[in-house]
Amino acid sequence: MKKVCLYFQVHQPFRTNNYSVFSIGNDHKYFDHDKNMRIASKVADQCYLPANKLMLDLIRKHQGKFKVAFGISGVALDQMEEYTPQVIDTFKALADTGCVEFLGETYHHSLSFFYSKEEFLEQVRMHDQKIQNLFGMRPTVFRNSELVFNNELAAYAESMGYKGIVSNGTPQALGWRSPNYVYNPTSTKSIKLLLKNVGMSEDIEHRFSDESWNEWPMTSRKMAGWLGDAEGEVVNLFMDYEALGEHHKKDSGIFTFMKQLPDEILKNHVWATPGEIVESVKSAGELDVHLPISGNNLEGIRALLGNNLQHAAINRIYQLEKGVKASNDPELIDHWRKMQSTDHFHYMATGISKNHSPHGSPYDSFIAYMNIVNDLQLRLKQPVTPIAK
Amino acid sequence: MKVLMFGWEFPPHSSGGLGTACAGLTKGLSNHGVDVTFVIPSSKIDVQSSHVNLIVADRTKAKQSISVTFVDSLLSPYMNIKDYVGKLELITDSLPPGAGSVYGKDLFQEVYRLSEKAKIIALSDNFDIIHCHDWMTYPSGIKAKKVLGKPLVVHIHATEFDRTGGNPNQVIYNMEREGFNEADKILAVSNFTKQKVVDHYGIDPDKVEVVHNAVEFNGYKGRKNSGINALDKVVLFLGRLTMQKGPEYFLYAAKRVLEHDPNVTFVVAGTGDMEQFMINKSCELGISDKVRFTGFLSGDDIDRAYSMADLYVMPSISEPFGITPLESLRNGTPVLISKQSGVSEVLDHCLKVDFWDIDQMANKILGVLNWQELHTELKENGKHEVMQFSWDDPASKCMEVYHELT
Repeated sequence: MKKVCLYFQVHQPFRTNNYSVFSIGNDHKYFDHDKNMRIASKVADQCYLPANKLMLDLIRKHQGKFKVAFGISGVALDQMEEYTPQVIDTFKALADTGCVEFLGETYHHSLSFFYSKEEFLEQVRMHDQKIQNLFGMRPTVFRNSELVFNNELAAYAESMGYKGIVSNGTPQALGWRSPNYVYNPTSTKSIKLLLKNVGMSEDIEHRFSDESWNEWPMTSRKMAGWLGDAEGEVVNLFMDYEALGEHHKKDSGIFTFMKQLPDEILKNHVWATPGEIVESVKSAGELDVHLPISGNNLEGIRALLGNNLQHAAINRIYQLEKGVKASNDPELIDHWRKMQSTDHFHYMATGISKNHSPHGSPYDSFIAYMNIVNDLQLRLKQPVTPIAK
Repeated sequence: MKVLMFGWEFPPHSSGGLGTACAGLTKGLSNHGVDVTFVIPSSKIDVQSSHVNLIVADRTKAKQSISVTFVDSLLSPYMNIKDYVGKLELITDSLPPGAGSVYGKDLFQEVYRLSEKAKIIALSDNFDIIHCHDWMTYPSGIKAKKVLGKPLVVHIHATEFDRTGGNPNQVIYNMEREGFNEADKILAVSNFTKQKVVDHYGIDPDKVEVVHNAVEFNGYKGRKNSGINALDKVVLFLGRLTMQKGPEYFLYAAKRVLEHDPNVTFVVAGTGDMEQFMINKSCELGISDKVRFTGFLSGDDIDRAYSMADLYVMPSISEPFGITPLESLRNGTPVLISKQSGVSEVLDHCLKVDFWDIDQMANKILGVLNWQELHTELKENGKHEVMQFSWDDPASKCMEVYHELT
């Protein structure tokens, strides 16, 4: 009997306009309100609303035996409140069942941990507060943006009071080990590490509707079978919530699959949330991770910080921290933080086939980003050290 | 398979992209085992170097021979009605008094005369298919089809609309449309061009296949020392100074850039009917001290021009394909190209802009000039991308069409 943990990531960045060099110093209209609203309503209709309804039905049906966890970024919650408040209501209804757990993370879905501990701490606190305000519970397990992780992050999360942390079960991190155990990261006391079972998670997240895949069509029975055959004590199915209805459209049968999965799993296994696993499963050993590993294996970190554009942009945004905070201008601070979402750096990826840049190309994304950063800098009350071109 | 192909030019007797494209495609086809007979009009005054070299040069690699047949004619690529009359007078003047010229008395009569000869050539071998390139050869292709009863493929590299900025010559337009109607299949060098054929000539889109052009480079050229040690950053326009290439938009963008950053020099390389206009315009905009005109460039000077530039801009208002951005990348210079071009459909690692969007053009120019990281990424990725192009892909697509028709 295994403990099966289902965790969905929910995130939407504030996408930017093609902010031009000629706007610098003239206006601060960085964000594409229309596009963000359009996407928010589309995703709400195709994914969040039908999927939340399904989760609620499943929880009611199984009377406490089916459980699920969500990690919702602060910027996603902000946009739901602004554009689709009904989605917030459905998450609140899920929270009220007692079978749903929310994870902690940076409010702005940022990589601030690697650039400014002070900023990281503030963003995590902001997020924590937001979750408490909306859902009346406090996260005990942490997830970093894109699942980027190392020993230092685990130790830091532990010092902040988290009991567990989730990351990616890549071969780089695991070596010969299985992701289906709980580990404790090197240089931590008691915080436990839960690792995503990449293969099975991606069978659902990426391959479910791929008709050329040799396991297509995927069924809940098949998934339960694989799960039973796998070694270990826990199986962590971590994925983007948009897999339900957005990546895989309704007619792919994804909702039917999801509807049947709890029953199939419950034949031989139990559902558990990350917090419950951390409390009840012992560590199988120490895991030593120096380098950040991330959401999409090696490709992920490369897609995020793999080229000169991405490095230049992320370094530049954190160079503004002191000046931005000294300004005491809430709007300026808010704009600066929204520019930290990892998506902006993903849009600058040049080596991947699919770039979801709202600007058309990674190069255009970079130009828009740097123009915005230059305008942010102009708004500072005190000058920051200029960097060489 | 034997293909009878009609073109206007073929390297080394070529002055533009058409000749290069025809040579690349024929080479690709012959690598697929196709036997190509390439017919080009050429007057005695044009042909100076030996034909034999021309053929041998291609035989070394090709599985099948490419033979090039010259037909005595005054036609030459990119010729307009006035050019033809000028050339005819030149020939007539050099004839002994009283001797009559064999050439047609105007451009269109000469195109007709060429098509009459095409009938004879068509019957000289057992051709399986006829393939012709751009309007001057369409009457030849149509006649060859009539005498042979074989399928006709017409290839469109540039329409009269591209060349004239939307004011087509009616006679040329009619010849193009007749070619499209008589053809069994039309090949367009880009989706952009296909759309023109559909919109302006009323052709069924299903009849038009897109076969993107390619380039084949022997290697990355790297940057040459231009000898210029300018403090300014340099932005380059290189092309014919004619409406189709949109040179004036380059000046408008230059003006906008200079308002923001005065330390930029704009180089205009090339000649054409808009040269005087361009010089006047740069004075009128008050940026004449920041715009340099190089006149006509050839050979190594072209490479030097690319090398000294931080960015190459192709602001064409209507570019069926456009090889120059690829040449620029080969020289290690990033490119900003207009979206109104065929090449923008196949090139990822570049900046793209609508030719009329001056603010965005200036914004992107400034982006490359301001951020070294952007310059480097565009340069390195563009260099890599441009080396992946091969004439094998268009040749394969062409083969598919041939097989479908025969």
